[in-house]
Parts: sequence; C-alpha cells; structure tokens
Amino acid sequence: MSSQGNIQPAKLVLLGDMGAGKSSLVLRFVKGQFTDYQESTIGAAFLTKTVPEFKVKFEIWDTAGQERYHSLAPMYYRGAAAAIIVYDITSTESFNRAKNWVRELQRQGNPDLIVALAGNKADLAGQRAVEPSEAQGYADENGLYFIETSAKTSVNVGDLFNEIAKRLPKPKQVAKAPGSGNVVLTRDAPAKKKQQCC
Amino acid sequence: MDEEYDAIVLGTGLKECIISGLLSVAGMKVLHMDRNSYYGGESASLSLDQLWSKFRAGEEPPKSLGRGNDYNVDLVPKFIMADGKLIKVLIHTDVVKYLEFKACDGSYVYKQGKIHKVPASDMEALKSPLMSFFEKRRARNFFIYVQDYEEKDPRTHKGRDLNRMSMRQLFAEFSLGDDTMDFIGHAIALYKDDSYLDQAALSTVRKIKLYNDSLYRFAGTKTPYIYPLYGLGELPQSFARLSAVYGGTYMLNKPDCEVVYNDRGEACGVKSEGEVAKCKFVVGDPSYFPGKSKVVGKVARAICIMDHPIPGTVDAHSVQIVIPQKQVGRRSDIYVFCSSYAHNIAAKGKYIAFVSTTVETSVPSQELEPGLALLGPIEHKFIHVADYECPLADGKEDKCFISRGYDAFTHFESTVDDILEMYTRITGKDLDLDNLSLNQTIEG
Repeated sequence: MSSQGNIQPAKLVLLGDMGAGKSSLVLRFVKGQFTDYQESTIGAAFLTKTVPEFKVKFEIWDTAGQERYHSLAPMYYRGAAAAIIVYDITSTESFNRAKNWVRELQRQGNPDLIVALAGNKADLAGQRAVEPSEAQGYADENGLYFIETSAKTSVNVGDLFNEIAKRLPKPKQVAKAPGSGNVVLTRDAPAKKKQQCC
Repeated sequence: MDEEYDAIVLGTGLKECIISGLLSVAGMKVLHMDRNSYYGGESASLSLDQLWSKFRAGEEPPKSLGRGNDYNVDLVPKFIMADGKLIKVLIHTDVVKYLEFKACDGSYVYKQGKIHKVPASDMEALKSPLMSFFEKRRARNFFIYVQDYEEKDPRTHKGRDLNRMSMRQLFAEFSLGDDTMDFIGHAIALYKDDSYLDQAALSTVRKIKLYNDSLYRFAGTKTPYIYPLYGLGELPQSFARLSAVYGGTYMLNKPDCEVVYNDRGEACGVKSEGEVAKCKFVVGDPSYFPGKSKVVGKVARAICIMDHPIPGTVDAHSVQIVIPQKQVGRRSDIYVFCSSYAHNIAAKGKYIAFVSTTVETSVPSQELEPGLALLGPIEHKFIHVADYECPLADGKEDKCFISRGYDAFTHFESTVDDILEMYTRITGKDLDLDNLSLNQTIEG
C-alpha cells in the first residue's frame, strides 16, 4: 500500500497529429480501456492518475482538438513537467509532424521539461512506415525518451508513463514566493464569516 | 472550413470565449475564429515582443527587461472579486482547474494627496486615518446595518425600503460625511462616478455586501480581490479550452475573416481565405461588425513597467488604488493597479502598474497624471485610448450578437452581466449560475 503523503502533482501534456492515438494512450493508461473508434476528444480532456511507486499524480491534458488548426493556447504548455509527443508508426507524415511539435516545445524554452516520443500503433507492425532505429536516432539527438507503444494491446503504455514518473525531478524545497499565497477555488460554498468589515 | 455550424464566434476576448464555452457545453456546434495569432483580443495579456509590436512597432524591447516570454501584460487590467459572478462561472464550468490564483495584497484609496489602506477589519477601521473618531462610530453603525440586511428578511430592513430610498438618503440616515460617502461609494462599492447616490440604495448595499463577502471568501486574504497567475489572458484561454473540449473548433490568425449576410440582412456565415463557413448566427466583439455598434465612451489606460512596488503600499506585490473623482476634481474615478513577478506577469524583480480612467477631456494622457504621480520612477510607459463600444441592436433581426467593449470598471461584475445578457439574447434562456454543473475530471 502506498502512503498518501508527499504525492506530487505533475502536469503532463500530449502533443501530436490528429489520429496518432493521444487520447487512446491516455485512456489505456488511466482507465485501462481501448476502443477501435475513439471519437475525437470530447468531454474528457483532463484526466488524472496517481503512480504511487513514484509518488506522482499525473494531471494529463489532452489537446481537445486545438492542435488541428495550430491554435493551442500558451496556457496548455504552462507549468508542464512532462510532454508526450505521439506519432503513428504507420505514417511518415505523422512522424514528421511529431518533429514539428518537438521544435514547438523547444521554442517554449522550458529546459526542465521531460519529453517523451511515443511511436504508437505498434500492433500494426505490418504496415510500419517509421523504423524504430530512425526514431531512436532522432530522440537521442534531441534528448527525448523514445518508446513504441500500442494503446490497443497496451504494450509499453505503463512503461512510458512510469519512465516519465521516474525521470521527474524530486520535489525541491522551494522558497516561499513573494506576495500573498495561492487561493484554492472549490465548488464547496465558502463558510462565510459574519464579520464586520469596518 | 466549408462546414455548417450552429454558431460562429469572432474574436477570442473573454466575453466571446465564455459564450463559446457555454454554447458548446449546451450542445451547439461552434466555430471560433480570431484575426490575431494569439488568444484574448482586447483582453489578452501580451509578451514583451507583442507589447512592443503593438505600441512601438519597429523597435525591439530592451534586453534589460529580461526574457520577453516572462511577461504577460494585460491590455485591460482588472481584478476579480473573490465572491463575484466570474468566480461562479469559473467554478460551475469547472474551468477553474486550468487556472491558479493568488490574492491581491493591498487595497488603497486616495485622500488629500495621500493613499490610505481600505480597512479590512474593525481593528483597522478604528486605526484608519480615513475617518474622525465620531465618524468611525457612525460608519460602524452603517456597516452593521448593511451586514445584517437580508433582502428576504423584512425584519432586517428596520423599516427602510431600499428599493425606494436613494443611497444619498440612506447615507444621510447614518449622518455620514462627504469623505466617508466618497470612500464607501468608490473604494468599497467601487462605483466609478457619483450617479449611484440618486439611485435606489439597494444596489449599493448589494455591492458593499459583495466586497465584504469577497474579503472573507478565503482565509487570510487582505483584500477582496484575486488575480490569476500569468495574467488575465489565461481566462479567455481557459474558456476556449472548455469550448474545445466540448467540440468547439478553433482557428486563429484569420486576419481577413468577414461576416457574410443573406438577402434579408441576416448573418449566415463567415468568409476567410475564399472559403465560407455557414452558421445560424454570429457572435463577436464590435470590431468584427463594422457599422453595427456605436462609441459611447473612451477609456484611457497607461501601462508602466517598473522595478519597484508602488511607494506607500508596504511593498505590496499586487495592489489596487482608487482615486475618487472628487479628490482630483473629476467626474469619474482613476484606478491604479499593480501586479508583479509574484503573479508571473513580469520577469523577476519587475512590476507592471496600470492607470486607467474614463476619458473626460481631449487630452486623455493628462487625465492619468494623478495616478501616474503615485507610481515613483517608471522605466517604460505606454498610453493607449480605447473606444468603449455598444451594439446598436440586440441581434434578433440580423443574427449578429455583439458584445460591449470593456469598461473602466476595476472588476468583472459588469463583464459577466453582459455575458449573461448575451446568452439570454442568443438562446432565449436564462443562465442559472448556481445550477450549471459539469465535471470532466476522470480519476484513474
């Protein structure tokens, strides 16, 4: 059993071509599910999963389709601890687009970001268009962690997320930020104090 | 793009993004476009490069300011009332999970050339130089009356009908002096001029209660205001994400997008790069509908980059200062805001101060002077004057649902009112903020 204490939240963002299998990977990891005809992401673009061995709670953001016309908002990348760039091993085009996403991430200029490159649809090896050696070579040049996955058969999906969890920097004792602390907005009605303001 | 939508929304300002999110959640098929390559329109927060290209085209931001991407400079500075309507919208759409907020450190009011803390407790009120000893007791009685007042409980009204009585009369019943009225009306009820005095007292009483409820909404905060990390531009982005999650399609960088009308003069689509997307109606800010809105006022705003907090604010990293109109011989208040790297809106050690007011003369930059004079040394200053536009029609005839511009108010209450009103105009239904419930978080 894990202890509930010291679980660190870590924002993880997904990038890649439409149809590469971003949502399928996350749904396999978070819920252990897979459907052949995953609809374009609707309504489930924010999922969480705790990996107790590494004391990490992933807060996983999906693109919600905003990648389609290059309209991902800057807030998508903000504060991300890790990113998974997904391509489809049966499509050279999706691999090339994955490289564009790597460049886009490099432009965001967050040196601590852990970036993984996932060659998805490994179950379709018969239609392979991107050799693992090519992807591995590219990953090595760019400091990415590379793995081939199959959301359908679940091959390597756990390993992908576990490796990211392992690579996350250990939480540092951060100095208190200046100014007031964060306020947490919740659905619960506040307990309003009947206090006089003056 | 050659598809058919229920709604096409033009401009990604806060109002448009909230409407887009609400319509998508309601099951409509939405296409949302912006002429700019960034989100936020008039309510964007800009990086240094974007700021310079808007106000100092052709020049480069100086290296001494640090990394340009560390800056998120609001075009329309406002704080959020911690118990206000925007918070309700954020919570009930669950958009709040995309954002982080910090309280604002200080709330001040200007009186006779000096700034004073707006008292946040009875103890502070007793020490505050804003009122004389006897005036403090009278003010205390007034506040007790307002706090106890419950609209639905006539016993708390103590025989006063606040729907009929004017605020001036209510102040008179407690024998409050002009300076106290000024401080309550402008620094607590946050009116930008004095027209409220001759209107029914109830709306002012509600605003004072909102201030108080916001002050105590979160434990340990010193003001009723909160502000998102990375600037207000995060708000439209997060509602755009809500819309996208519910199927909304996003296209930025469409400088030529243009509303298409049918022969009855109804909006029926939007054209861009030779393609037309069809729709049942179009929503957007006034700039996308030439000739369909009128200028009703102008707001002057100064953006100042500094390397220090505002003098006299106990080194507050975020602060609001209200300069009531009468104090400087004007008809509308001047507002000063300051926020810093503590809210991730500037590089380490930098502060961004804003001065804004409703324009009354032909020399708007001079009208900002009393606010600018409070700031101390300024490294870079940008002054811009924006038209405040209102739609000419309600959209029922021409299927153009147009938002109002952003007023000089210091908070978002009127912004949300406009959104709620637009939602009703579009859908024919009222939006019940208390009974909107979505939950998209899936726990594994």
